[in-house]
Amino acid sequence: MSEAAAAPYTPSVPVSIPLREIAPWALFAGVILLSLLYLVGMDQGATSVISGSVLHEFVHDGRHLLGFPCH
Amino acid sequence: MRTLLLRGMLAGVLAGLLYAVFAYLFGEPAVDGAIAFEDQLAAAAGEVPGEELVSRGVQSTLGLGVAALLYGAAVGGIFALAYAFLAGRVIRFGPRGTAATLALLAFLVVIVVPFLKYPANPPASSIDDTIGQRTSLYVVMVVLSVLLAVGAGALREQLLGRLGGWNATLVAAAAYIVLVGVVMVLLPTIDETPADFPAVVFYQFRLASLGGHVVLWTALGLIFGALVDTHARRAAATA
Repeated sequence: MSEAAAAPYTPSVPVSIPLREIAPWALFAGVILLSLLYLVGMDQGATSVISGSVLHEFVHDGRHLLGFPCH
Repeated sequence: MRTLLLRGMLAGVLAGLLYAVFAYLFGEPAVDGAIAFEDQLAAAAGEVPGEELVSRGVQSTLGLGVAALLYGAAVGGIFALAYAFLAGRVIRFGPRGTAATLALLAFLVVIVVPFLKYPANPPASSIDDTIGQRTSLYVVMVVLSVLLAVGAGALREQLLGRLGGWNATLVAAAAYIVLVGVVMVLLPTIDETPADFPAVVFYQFRLASLGGHVVLWTALGLIFGALVDTHARRAAATA
């Protein structure tokens, strides 16, 4: 038995990431990602951050099929 | 954490790409059917077709694709944040099992449960002026479903010591189902579909909508799991 022989890899339960490390990412990325979700799914519908309706018309089919309320 | 987030968004973009192909093949025929009904109504009412801001050809290809990719990236990123919190803490499987479990749970909680109360609607099947009401009710339904799921997860943690994993999961799931059912009964029903809207188009649209989400969340969970697992193997090999 040589030590060089690779031991078969057995996936173990991953070590949890400390909450202090997740928190800032969850806050900043969370806000940006939710805003993106809002722009794709809802803007220029019930509420408008960007004026007009070009965005709404462009992603129109995606909104309907993804299940967001649309006209 | 940064690499985890990027992997989530990458997996989300790939899942969004698969979603777009599925939606184009199976969803677009129903969207076209609904728009044909809309045009029929407009013609019967003697309305002159207005100028299109974005043509149907662009809406059904590029527009659908871009919407799917952005949606995938956003959902993938949020998925990675949830994974970071839950892995090794609440869901105690290996990376691939954890990602697949999370994808299944997210699909049920964020898509299927809200869909049961406020399902996806094709064009021309809702009243334009109620968009505000429909949007807020949909958001309330999604948010409450997520909050109740988080609550059920916390309840499961509390019960783990006394009941063991299997029974604690059953009790938490039952609590979630009962409470989400109460929420569904209390929220108002939306019933706006015109009586003469073609039933086959309606059925196919909703089936395609749900099918698309099955594709998207399955791909997200499996691809993200594979990416994280590969990373874990490499880390184990160099350690």
